Amino acid sequence: MARIIVITSGKGGVGKTTTAAAMAMGLAQRGHRTAVVDFDVGLRNLDLIMGCERRVVYDFVNVINGEANLNQALIRDKRCDNLYVLPASQTRDKDALSKEGVGEVLAQLGESYDFVICDSPAGIEHGATMAMYYADDAVVVTNPEVSSVRDSDRMLGILASKSRRAEHDEEPIREHLLLTRYAPERVARGEMLSVADVQEILSLKLLGVVPESQAVLNASNAGVPVILDSESDAGQAYADMVARYLGEEIPMRFLESGKKRLFSRLFGG
Amino acid sequence: MRVPWHGLACIPDAALPIPRVPAAPRFSIPPAATSPPVPSFAPTNPSGAAGSGQAARPLNPSFEMKAAAFTLPVLRLLALDMDAVAEELAARVEQAPGFFRNTPVVVDLGALTEAEDAVDFPQLVGLLRGLGMIPVGVRGGNAEQHQAAQAMELAILADVLKSRARAGSRPAGTETSETEPADSNGAANLSSGVDQTVSLITRPVRSGQRVYAAGGDMTVIAPVSSGADLMADGSIHVYGPLRGRAMAGLRGNKAARIFCSDLQAELVSIAGHYRVSENIPAELRGRQVQIFLDHEVLRIDPL
Repeated sequence: MARIIVITSGKGGVGKTTTAAAMAMGLAQRGHRTAVVDFDVGLRNLDLIMGCERRVVYDFVNVINGEANLNQALIRDKRCDNLYVLPASQTRDKDALSKEGVGEVLAQLGESYDFVICDSPAGIEHGATMAMYYADDAVVVTNPEVSSVRDSDRMLGILASKSRRAEHDEEPIREHLLLTRYAPERVARGEMLSVADVQEILSLKLLGVVPESQAVLNASNAGVPVILDSESDAGQAYADMVARYLGEEIPMRFLESGKKRLFSRLFGG
Repeated sequence: MRVPWHGLACIPDAALPIPRVPAAPRFSIPPAATSPPVPSFAPTNPSGAAGSGQAARPLNPSFEMKAAAFTLPVLRLLALDMDAVAEELAARVEQAPGFFRNTPVVVDLGALTEAEDAVDFPQLVGLLRGLGMIPVGVRGGNAEQHQAAQAMELAILADVLKSRARAGSRPAGTETSETEPADSNGAANLSSGVDQTVSLITRPVRSGQRVYAAGGDMTVIAPVSSGADLMADGSIHVYGPLRGRAMAGLRGNKAARIFCSDLQAELVSIAGHYRVSENIPAELRGRQVQIFLDHEVLRIDPL
């Protein structure tokens, strides 16, 4: 039975899809059969970030509606045999996601995969609640600024009360905090919340800190999950985060501006 | 600083769907706690009949009998002219139709002490039903009125609030709309998400969550986020940063207190007396404090 991981945030533009792509690729590279599902019906992006936009035939909504079977809709990643992408429909809206339909698709995926990653849309409406409903783990992606932190807090509340696990009184969803677009020099200048500030407000286990990096934009434009850019700071941060998720103890990196400058000088990242 | 304490009226900036009443209202609708008497099924015979009581109970009972308290809107009649009531009520319902649809309503007769005439219950019940409400009972009033109400199958509810000299003591007309902003989401929110019977909270209360301890105290041993609401009929204890709102004594218990180990609250309130963050002295922020009512004044003292 697969572990279902939702990548969520509440706020948009914080790096959910980048994180979903990177984490899925990271888990797959380590030999785990992984499927990544785009829940952002109507605004699909994951296919672009994964670089498979030109191979989309059927999508998630087709599968829910029985117009295609799951294997027809899943796209195998060309770089890693263990990774499959289930794209969202661009022509429908989120009402096409029914609780039963999503549950069935995730249950089917669960039979043949080790990890199913759900890339949640922004907001706390239907699409986002569908993405998190069946989750076993949640990665809450947060930027170090107050509105993102508050939205994440709200999303954590929803995870704790409206998920299947909450409704069935099971062990709650395991929540992890991922801080993205972290700029240590701006933290040092007092322009940005620090890791400690965010952790104090959210009181959550920190899974990783991904520094603000040009590599992320470059990777998105190229359709390559940033984790494959192993020389970049962001790529390394995501690799660390995947390792931590799998239970390895790895010290946090990229928290100091000095180190970042060193990496910038060495790798131009 | 005094705001009415019933229902959720103590939230000063909540979006309130019900507009202000006309200048001379013939009724008002404060939500009020009504606890219909529920028969106790525990053996009451003192002559040691406990054994026979146990024996009489089936092994696999088909039901449980429990007591529960509900917050219901109360229609407080200020005049007997049913046509005028009908007119005003229809206008009110039109402004917030969702609030009244299928809502159980209690009729308060407490303001009609002077009235000689009997209340026209058949017309009133028909009127309420016609507007989508479900009249369930009456409160206050005299014996004749009770008889007339019972003829219309309305329950006579115990006037639990009479001792507080609230209902009926105020001259008709002084009760203005500020007493009745019954947040139409309020009652629903109270019961959604969080189990009402649990008063020990061990997980963080997140932004957007509301937790209500009905009829008692609440203890939170986790952080309370900005944008979260804690509500209790009794006292509230928070061992962790309190960044959201805490409302103790929600039903008017002035002896209720709030204790917290790290005060960063957006709003604290006891029995409707509240202070927002702006009015909490800076030197008390982040401190361990208790908050209580001292002669109708909300005090925050360091512990």
